[in-house]
Amino acid sequence: MENIYLAVVLAPLIGSILAGLFGKQIGRAGAHTVTIAGVAIAAALSVYVFYQHAFNAAPVYNATVYEWALVGDLSMNVGFLVDNLTAMMMVVVTSVSLMVHVYTIGYMHEDPGYQRFFSYISLFTFSMLMLVMANNFLQLFFGWEAVGLVSYLLIGFWFKRPTAIYANMKAFLVNRVGDFGFLLGIAGVLMYFGSLDYYTVFGKAPAFAAGNPTMELFAGHPWAVMTVICICLFIGAMGKSAQVPLHVWLPDSMEGPTPISALIHAATMVTAGVFMVARMSPLFELSETALSFVLVIGATTALFMGFLGLIQNDIKRVVAYSTLSQLGYMVVALGVSAYAAGVFHLMTHAFFKALLFLGAGSVIIGMHHEQDIRAMGNLKKYMPITWITSLLGSLALIGTPGFAGFYSKDAIIEAVHASTIAGSGYAYFCVLVGVFITALYSFRMYFLVFHTKERFGESHHHSATHHDDAHHGSHTHGHAHHEAQKPHESPWVVWLPLVALAIPSVCVAWFFTEPMLIGDFFKGVIYVADNHNTLEHLREEWHHVGGAAGFALHAVQTLPFWLALGGVVAAYVLFVMMPAVPKKIAEVFSPIYKLMHNKYGFDDFNQAVFANGSVAVGKKLWHWGDMTVIDGMMVNGTARTVGRVAAQVRKLQSGYLYHYAFAMIIGLLVFFTWLYFAR
Amino acid sequence: MTNLLSLLIWLPIAGGLAVLFGTGERNTAASKWLSLGIALATFGLCIPLWTGFDTTTAAMQYVEHANWIRLGNIEINYALGVDGFAMPLIALTSFTTVLVVLAGWEVIEKRVSHYMAAFLVMTGLMNGVFAATDAMLFYVFWEFMLIPMFLIIGIWGGPNRVYATLKFFLYTFLGSVLMLVALIYMGIKGGSFAIEAMHKLPLEMGPQTLIFIAFFLAFAVKVPMFPVHTWLPDAHVEAPTGGSVVLAAIMLKMGTYGFLRFNLPITPDASADLANIIIALSLIAVVYIGLVALVQKDMKKLIAYSSIAHMGFVTLGFFIVFKLVGANTHAALGFQGALVQMISHGFVSAALFLCVGVMYDRMHSRMIGDYGGVANSMPKFAAFFMLFAMANAGLPGTAGFVGEFMVIVAAFKANFWYAFLASVSLITGAAYTLWMYKRVVFGEVANKHVAELPDLNKREFLILAVLAVMTLALGLYPKALTTVMEPSVQHLIGCGVQSKLQTVVEGVCR
Amino acid sequence: MIALSDYLVVSAILFAIAVAGLVLNRKNVIILLMCVELMLLAVNTNFIAFSRYLGDTAGQIFVFFILTVAAAEAAIGLAILVVLFRNRNTINVEELDHLKG
Repeated sequence: MENIYLAVVLAPLIGSILAGLFGKQIGRAGAHTVTIAGVAIAAALSVYVFYQHAFNAAPVYNATVYEWALVGDLSMNVGFLVDNLTAMMMVVVTSVSLMVHVYTIGYMHEDPGYQRFFSYISLFTFSMLMLVMANNFLQLFFGWEAVGLVSYLLIGFWFKRPTAIYANMKAFLVNRVGDFGFLLGIAGVLMYFGSLDYYTVFGKAPAFAAGNPTMELFAGHPWAVMTVICICLFIGAMGKSAQVPLHVWLPDSMEGPTPISALIHAATMVTAGVFMVARMSPLFELSETALSFVLVIGATTALFMGFLGLIQNDIKRVVAYSTLSQLGYMVVALGVSAYAAGVFHLMTHAFFKALLFLGAGSVIIGMHHEQDIRAMGNLKKYMPITWITSLLGSLALIGTPGFAGFYSKDAIIEAVHASTIAGSGYAYFCVLVGVFITALYSFRMYFLVFHTKERFGESHHHSATHHDDAHHGSHTHGHAHHEAQKPHESPWVVWLPLVALAIPSVCVAWFFTEPMLIGDFFKGVIYVADNHNTLEHLREEWHHVGGAAGFALHAVQTLPFWLALGGVVAAYVLFVMMPAVPKKIAEVFSPIYKLMHNKYGFDDFNQAVFANGSVAVGKKLWHWGDMTVIDGMMVNGTARTVGRVAAQVRKLQSGYLYHYAFAMIIGLLVFFTWLYFAR
Repeated sequence: MTNLLSLLIWLPIAGGLAVLFGTGERNTAASKWLSLGIALATFGLCIPLWTGFDTTTAAMQYVEHANWIRLGNIEINYALGVDGFAMPLIALTSFTTVLVVLAGWEVIEKRVSHYMAAFLVMTGLMNGVFAATDAMLFYVFWEFMLIPMFLIIGIWGGPNRVYATLKFFLYTFLGSVLMLVALIYMGIKGGSFAIEAMHKLPLEMGPQTLIFIAFFLAFAVKVPMFPVHTWLPDAHVEAPTGGSVVLAAIMLKMGTYGFLRFNLPITPDASADLANIIIALSLIAVVYIGLVALVQKDMKKLIAYSSIAHMGFVTLGFFIVFKLVGANTHAALGFQGALVQMISHGFVSAALFLCVGVMYDRMHSRMIGDYGGVANSMPKFAAFFMLFAMANAGLPGTAGFVGEFMVIVAAFKANFWYAFLASVSLITGAAYTLWMYKRVVFGEVANKHVAELPDLNKREFLILAVLAVMTLALGLYPKALTTVMEPSVQHLIGCGVQSKLQTVVEGVCR
Repeated sequence: MIALSDYLVVSAILFAIAVAGLVLNRKNVIILLMCVELMLLAVNTNFIAFSRYLGDTAGQIFVFFILTVAAAEAAIGLAILVVLFRNRNTINVEELDHLKG
């Protein structure tokens, strides 16, 4: 098996290197052939690995590939841990990545940076696999930052655009803030457990926490060590998984090409935080404070980011805010110790959100690079495949009974309901309202894009939000040019991945809910303390109603179903039947609308305080500290003082011989007198 | 080869003189090729040095010993030897020389042979600094080394070079005269100028403190530590590319090497006593300088400031050892991190200065504002620059990460807030590097000069590619380096930094 | 009988005159040179007086040395003076302030 694991990781890397370094030599077709081959190999082997682990009960693989460094008795390694959780993540990452690779052939076919793009996304696949397959914190951090790097490169893929290069720097820096906490958390783990290896740390943790160890960050205020470590680690997850208040980078990351929005900023990288916390469940279970922190952050993200999805007009941004909100759901699941539900939602979400993003990309292609949903409408006539698959994706997203999203989301809501830790009441409220909001914004977008009347012939009265996504190096379509054209269905390389992703979006949960949530698929991987067993209720109910089909039928009797339905109906009423009403509402509640329009002011605050603030402080320190005090006063000041003294002393130098002679004689006299009297 | 170290010192010096008086200005092409040959030969000598190095002992290896001066019963010897600290630095020095000779190939137009000769002579002297095991010999190399650098900045430097050279020279010289006093004091007191004898010399707290301060001034200026850092940005800005590379890659390391060789083992009690101050200065360097770097408009100045911040990690890693008594693994981690940081900074900062040099050679400007959209006309260059920028920001998998990671992790055990403040560099480092990268490389083509920039030529590509390989290699497999240093680190922690004031003196260490 | 103290007084007076000449003279460099010679003379007088008084001939030998040196000094001094006059057209002490800082 060892060689298989290595092959899974290295195949995309080799593809990436070939496409990146020899892109010119192997040409466009060569570049997409090698990278797709690499990822396809990785995907096939991942499926095999998953099969072996899930069905043939292959033993957990935990071994070192090579030793990175050895200091004292601390060995830092690069190694793999492959268990059921890892195997599942490997399948999700490689399969979505494969779909995106294929899709990219169509989406980027005019772009001059074609090879570079394939190289990047293969490199991303490699990094993400390193992240999920790590068996120690060091490699986890490597993967963690490496996916951040590729995300940076891809958001800024069209590096000529000021907005793109602003967004990518913002993404990297905000992630760095998260990594700042993450690194401190890792340092804490090493300090208290003396190892970076997962199993060693997890093995030592319960006995260690039993002693209720504390540390004093501020003199006189002891904090539980486990809480500090877990919160530090979670800050890393907040950066990567875009939780409030470190969520600000994700909407802006939509400046990148759509395929990477699907792959990185929806399906895989942003869920790394969720994966990490699930992986660290043996640590997080030891600190209820940390879990409450996780819960509240997740619930806030789930609800308040959903609200923002309501007022976006850029098709990608709507999906981006929906991603934020769904990530919030996953984090909520972690907070109530329903790690299995969180990870399960991660999986289903990866499929249906990638589908939605790729669908959005298909719409963008069909609309000739128009991204404003107000300029679309009735696309079902022109793009039937995109229409059907997007509808399926949206239904999965809002949790329609029977679809993948339903099982995972319902499990989360049930778990929150069952939880008793601090903040669970607030979280329950947030996730319930969130269901309504999700349905509302999803179907607002769906109706505006695929139904209602055709608006793409109309003039653009809102060019402010017009984003030309696929910025094709030398493309020359002016507005006049593409207004004349009708939308058209995308080529097969684009719609094939949509279909391929639509299948799991609908039915993946039929097969995996039972083992993952009800059964013991995650046994030995995810650890849940006895008093946190929030999925127990779900298990009883599952057996009571009789499996997946019964569970779906049973949903009609529950609140979330009616909330979702209400959201869809409300969307239909507001945006199809009475399109004037939303504007009215916005006018009536204009302060709230304004607040939401400014994204609650996070961006302005960060820009004003952190960005401008540190530049201002830097300028002050430089001018005042370095130039005035150190250079001006100390260094050049010393030089000036020497000069000044010398200017005075030189006046003694009259140049007259008799002055010197006289001074000499006087000196001699004084000296002799001193010699005489000193005796 | 028993005279390997002597060869490493005298081959480049003799070669430099040969270039100066042999081929000279009459035949600059021959001068260049001769210089390259000598630089490569010197670097070639490092290969047996590395492969023959015994990684199981902390003792000095490749030892050479000859009488030099005898004053009464005090001997000053020509004594050489390397341990795990010095050997990688010698290799780095010789490696850097090859790059510098190549970097100056077409760029230097006046006095080519003098330029090459200066660098070769300087290489020999710098190797001497690292190889000397006699304090006086060390001092001689230490001071002599200033002269070629003084000339390099003064002759081939920018418009404000005279101010910069004087500042550089006076700053560093002022620090080192006090070191001479301390060395003479200990030489007379102990009757020997061998550094090892000084390590064993019993010293009371009073003299220790004074000696510590004397050494500290000499080395802190070289590192440079806040607040004696202001010579560095000026020197870098005025220096030619090769000068900046050597200055950043090697000269700064001499300061930290001095801490390692002199301050810590000779005055362990004073070091422990004053560790708080050093740690504070290091953390100020990391945070304060990080913010200052953010607002620089001159690329070389920005990289110079970032160097100061990175060197702050080195001093931090050294001095937290006194806060980690009894936690040997963490102490070793701090040390190893600091040492790896020294080497990795040698690669990364050298690479960044070379990148700026590549642009400067084409545009004759170092100002960020004069650039924009360089990626459009120089895609290969942009890729390399990205790699080195990321390494500078401490991305895992590159050399820049290893040292920072180890030091931060070790500092956490010493004190949460040390680690907290040191980790700020994760954010500021990324901020200043990527912001510069964004303004210089990304964006639309800013002006017609940028549009006409030719991409890297073969020579530049070769230099940057070699550095890129080294940066990645060190980031992916630092064990190659840590193995070499480990025995020396353990020896220093086990013996070097143990108190000299205890009445019971262990036989092994002292 | 002339006592030792008489010699010393004469020599002191000679020395004082020389000093006064050095300091007060504002006109001619030659006078300065002569004053220096006079000082040496005063010293020589002391040497001889003490030599006689202590019965040690070493003092008289010193005098020969000093006389030789003084002669050489006078020669060099006058040579410098000639060159100085040639270059500056003056040997007026008041005007010779090239060393002024």
